Amino acid sequence: MAITNSYIQEKLTEKFGEQVTNFEETYGMLSFESPKELNLKVLQFLYDEPTLSFQFMTDLTAVHYPNQTGRELAVVYHMHNLVENVRLRFKVYTDISTPDVFTASKLFEAANWMERETFDFFGINFVGHPNLKRVLNVDEMDYFPLRKEYPLEDQTRIDKDDEMFGRG
Amino acid sequence: MRPVRFNINAKTANIADAIGAPPPGFAGEGFFTTKMSDVVGLARKNSLWPLPFATSCCGIEFMATMASHYDLSRFGAERVGFSPRQCDLLMVMGTISKKMGPVLRQVYLQMAEPRWVMAVGACASSGGIFDTYSVLQGIDQVIPVDVYVPGCPPRPEAIIDGFMRIQDLVGQESIRRRNGEQYKALLNSYGIE
Repeated sequence: MAITNSYIQEKLTEKFGEQVTNFEETYGMLSFESPKELNLKVLQFLYDEPTLSFQFMTDLTAVHYPNQTGRELAVVYHMHNLVENVRLRFKVYTDISTPDVFTASKLFEAANWMERETFDFFGINFVGHPNLKRVLNVDEMDYFPLRKEYPLEDQTRIDKDDEMFGRG
Repeated sequence: MRPVRFNINAKTANIADAIGAPPPGFAGEGFFTTKMSDVVGLARKNSLWPLPFATSCCGIEFMATMASHYDLSRFGAERVGFSPRQCDLLMVMGTISKKMGPVLRQVYLQMAEPRWVMAVGACASSGGIFDTYSVLQGIDQVIPVDVYVPGCPPRPEAIIDGFMRIQDLVGQESIRRRNGEQYKALLNSYGIE
């Protein structure tokens, strides 16, 4: 039996009620969100429920929405049901001043490095992560480069052709 | 429109100077006297051991430079070493990220004196198009550079031209330079003892 997006939505609403919201389907792929406190419960439910069994974490990353006050940072989990070949997208939003989200690295080993990367670039503090330190950038870096807080280029440079680098 | 700029003052290289012209000296029957410095320079510049530090597309151009068509071994650089302990010319080809910076510096420090450095391509020289948080804006921020080769990537001819400029520097260098105060000050400005 191929599971459909409406079936997944039905199961999630049955279990979590009003807590899971913003169901939408883009290009055939379901996405939804929940409060950040529930992220592990939702992932565990998706994993354990025999008819869903989303047991493979394809991707974990974050997005910065500087204009959404109070929910600036979105942590995105991409889940995959390998048996039925169905994918879904699960988001939790967090305030940028307290970017604490529970770690999924106890559920999925794959989440370990992906959470380190997300911490590296967006500064999400994954509570309970065994080794939360930078993985791609230099250790001395004191900012989170993929947050939309900085101009893309260094504005003080004078040795390059400005017109080629969007400073003209 | 942005005007296209050509190099109208290109310097034409003299092949004879670059490879084998004898240094000035006094010749007689069966002997030839000249400065020690010139002899050492002549020997060094025609037997450079390059250490390729290739991280991206400029490295591919270097492979073409080493291969039979362009043949860098014509210039005495037959032997490409992959140990910094044995080499005297560090050829940095490609984008050096900030995280790679300390590694490059370590490789430079492991090379024995006398040592020369060539920055091949826009990325190694200035960061190139990667004007961003993760890329070192030119390797001269971490190690001293002797010759810069422009291009993105430079053609093998450009790399060979850069190599000949290195040969000029090596041939003309005084054997005392590396012990001098000026050289020490240069290294100190990079935090190298």
